[in-house]
Amino acid sequence: MTLTPDDWEVIRLSLKVAIVGVAATLPIAFALAYALARGRFPGRILLDAIVHLPLVLPPVVTGWILLILFGRTGPIGAWLDHVFGVTLMFRWTGAALAAAVMALPLMVRAMRLSIEAVDRRLEGAARSLGAGRWRTFATITLPLSLPGILAGLVLGFARSIGEFGATISFVSNIPGQTRTLPIAIYTALQLPEGEGAVVRLACVSVALSLGALIASEWLVRRQGGRAHVL
Amino acid sequence: MSFEVEVEKRLGEAEIAANFTSGRGLTALFGPSGSGKTSILNMIAGLLTPDHGRIAVGGELLFGNGVDLPPEARHAGYVFQDARLFPHLRVRANLLYGARRGTSRIGLDEVVDLFGLERLLTRWPRTLSGGEAQRVAIGRALLSNPHFLLLDEPLASLDQARADEIMTMIERVRDELELPILYVSHNRAEVDRLASQVVPIRR
Repeated sequence: MTLTPDDWEVIRLSLKVAIVGVAATLPIAFALAYALARGRFPGRILLDAIVHLPLVLPPVVTGWILLILFGRTGPIGAWLDHVFGVTLMFRWTGAALAAAVMALPLMVRAMRLSIEAVDRRLEGAARSLGAGRWRTFATITLPLSLPGILAGLVLGFARSIGEFGATISFVSNIPGQTRTLPIAIYTALQLPEGEGAVVRLACVSVALSLGALIASEWLVRRQGGRAHVL
Repeated sequence: MSFEVEVEKRLGEAEIAANFTSGRGLTALFGPSGSGKTSILNMIAGLLTPDHGRIAVGGELLFGNGVDLPPEARHAGYVFQDARLFPHLRVRANLLYGARRGTSRIGLDEVVDLFGLERLLTRWPRTLSGGEAQRVAIGRALLSNPHFLLLDEPLASLDQARADEIMTMIERVRDELELPILYVSHNRAEVDRLASQVVPIRR
């Protein structure tokens, strides 16, 4: 089984969309996870619900909401276009945004659980040893929640690679821009002679997802301790 | 005066109150489990805020009259009942965690000698026995340039031989470093052996 140049283009695009989407989401996801794990503020439950919304909404609806907000005439889309000259519509960046939004709940969940699992008494011990809030966070909280951060990254990456519904309704199906792995497989399924491409791309999907999970497990085990992702 | 403590704190149903002034040497807070001894140490260390009161150690006001120093500014050498070593740092890094806060009266080499830690320096905390972990915890507190020590039942999880060993080390710290020490215990024999002053805490 050999991959064709078209297959490679789809794979490269999918990786780019997933990696950029997840990397851009990482700081936001961590901040949200930290706020939800530790914060006591009004509207916490509402924020929690909004973060989880993409997990339970039909992906097509999520894509449509993105279209409303980030389309050329949408409030955020018009602003981006006006201020930065950036459009997300029908571009791979739009696909990355859709992947990021769909990956966000999984990333926040994994990170939040690991932040909640950090023994706060260890933070108290660090404070009494002279570490301020920031040093305590950087040397105790962050390293102890690292397994969850990695797990969140991998789950988000795997989810992004598989993202279909929100992407196709937000940025459509454009070869080289928004035709990621699942959309390419869907397209091939519609074609009478597409079966070969379906098999090849499906194998790539399985390999990528499996590889991501095993890589994260290895990363977490390598740093010692009994933590694990799987 | 070493410790001047007058605090009150309501924690759920429990009302915790302490009012004592101690002299030099080792002062024991002595009372049954559940009488709030650990909460009193937490209030002195700045990990728990009293409802009202005043805390000063060695003449320095830590809490009261609008003052509420954060834990990192209180210079407490706090040894927790469960040692509370950082699980992701080896013993050496645990010992040195607080060493940035100025120079202690005692250095790493001395602490390693005093507590017999030479063979433990590269170990992970989870591989240590209870007595070993407690020795590391006391060393870590001493290396953080403390102005006073808070020891919370440091012998509670140890057998008699280990407990004797640690008590000997506490006596040396008390006599050689001349740090004010507040020692929490519910064990009469420990208190009789170590304390120059006993403060009873009632439920």
